[in-house]
Amino acid sequence: MSTLILVEHENGQIRPATLNVVTAATQLGGDIDLLVAGSGAGAVAEQAAQIAGVSKVLHADDAAYAHELAENLSALVVKHAQGYSHILFAATAAGKNVMPRVAALLDVSGISDIIEVKSDDTFVRPIYAGNALATVQSADSVKVIGIRTTSFDTASATGGSASVESVDAADADPKVSFVGQELSKSDRPELTSADIVVSGGRGMQNGENFSMLDEIAGKLNAAVGASRAAVDAGFVPNEYQVGQTGKVVAPDLYLAVGISGAIQHLAGMKDSKVIVAINKDEEAPIFQVADYGLVADLFDALPELSAALDG
Amino acid sequence: MKILVGVKRVLDYNVKARVKADKSGIELANVKMSMNPFDEIAVEEALRLVEAGHAEEVIAVSIGSSQSQETIRTALAMGADRGILIETDEQLQPLAIAKLFKHLVEKEQPGLVVLGKQAIDDDSNQTGQMLSALTGMAQATFASKVEFEGDSLKVTREVDTGLESIKVQMPAIVTTDLRLNEPRYAKLPNIMKAKKKPLEIIPVADTGVDVSSKLSVVEVNEPPNREAGIIVSSVAELVEKLRNDAKVI
Repeated sequence: MSTLILVEHENGQIRPATLNVVTAATQLGGDIDLLVAGSGAGAVAEQAAQIAGVSKVLHADDAAYAHELAENLSALVVKHAQGYSHILFAATAAGKNVMPRVAALLDVSGISDIIEVKSDDTFVRPIYAGNALATVQSADSVKVIGIRTTSFDTASATGGSASVESVDAADADPKVSFVGQELSKSDRPELTSADIVVSGGRGMQNGENFSMLDEIAGKLNAAVGASRAAVDAGFVPNEYQVGQTGKVVAPDLYLAVGISGAIQHLAGMKDSKVIVAINKDEEAPIFQVADYGLVADLFDALPELSAALDG
Repeated sequence: MKILVGVKRVLDYNVKARVKADKSGIELANVKMSMNPFDEIAVEEALRLVEAGHAEEVIAVSIGSSQSQETIRTALAMGADRGILIETDEQLQPLAIAKLFKHLVEKEQPGLVVLGKQAIDDDSNQTGQMLSALTGMAQATFASKVEFEGDSLKVTREVDTGLESIKVQMPAIVTTDLRLNEPRYAKLPNIMKAKKKPLEIIPVADTGVDVSSKLSVVEVNEPPNREAGIIVSSVAELVEKLRNDAKVI
């Protein structure tokens, strides 16, 4: 038994999500190989070789991998899939884009977003926005799986001493090309791996008021998130969205401000260790999952909270 | 140009899913079913492309039980021209769905296939990517903006770090994200008209597509319940609890 993992990286750094996937692979047992695809990403391959528990790093260096184009990445994974019993991806926007392609090209079912490894062929995954947990069993010759990163610990980025082997690139797909990107600029921790998340909903009323959450997030070294309602209303960009179809977070502390708590939002944060809700509507469903609820007008509570954090 | 749109019948997004007592799945008898919200966005996008003169025909496709005809009728009432139901009473996996869509792509030769990025029942987020891999058509997933540039599409995509744009040659597959558009409501006269629009029903066996799966559901369980918490009376009390009881700040 052996597992291949597609490494996610940007700006010469491995994304933390990959370390969670390594932990999932450790639970499967067997050898763990990593595949680094990039353009001039030799340093990433060297970092990958340091991750604890990794046997071998396959490194494909080609201009086709300068951006995360799903066609090119899936062709590369399939080219090197031979002999692996499991192929793992992080269930990130990038991983979700590639995983099903690899499964289809290998003519096997993809297994999305697993939260638990029961055995080498049986896994648990949330369905219906996390309102049910399905235990699924695969008899496919190779299991192609997306890993929900918040459900697995982070593997140690150091302590390993894997070999790095250069491998051939696959043919690039001429039908697709990268045009550009608008990345959010923030010096806050990344939303899915932050220890504390401060999220705002429709109750924030506008984008300017999110500066109150930024201020508190700054004092707690927290990331800022949002409900779908706040993103749809244009208060904050799409990458802030926490929920069933946005990001899933499971920080030590999740502070929900002006968020009513639709099931689609709860799906993205209910595995947080401690949940705090501030909402002026005492009937808001968010209070049913909150460890600490404060029924208050957020425009009174937030300045007070900010001041209290200085004390 | 034809546009093929996928529409799935799912438990309405406002209804809380309840696990069946025998743990075989979710209770779907006598509950409100609706079109998957991402598929409404897909239908809307296809209709807008026709209205902008980029396409001539929108075909709404569903794969499921006979009752999925209702979902297709909803798409027809929104403005789709005709419908196709591939009828099956089995719960098919995304791979089988993608193979059935490929069968229709070969038959209908659409310039564009628009699908929801995921269905809110099984939350798989796989079918569009699989269809792209199986057909060789380019994929543009999680779309928040679609623009025509000659025989290509420039698609803005929602990714974890913000927005990304890619260019894909047509024929292509687009999967919709939430911010792509706001779907229209079907007006009553159009709901009446939709009843007369053509809806072809193809039994799954007639497609000749192998829809077997090696992935099986062992059981479905309720998630662990969170214990109810406490209501604090002030910000000061909240901060005190977080510092001294929960010890998270």
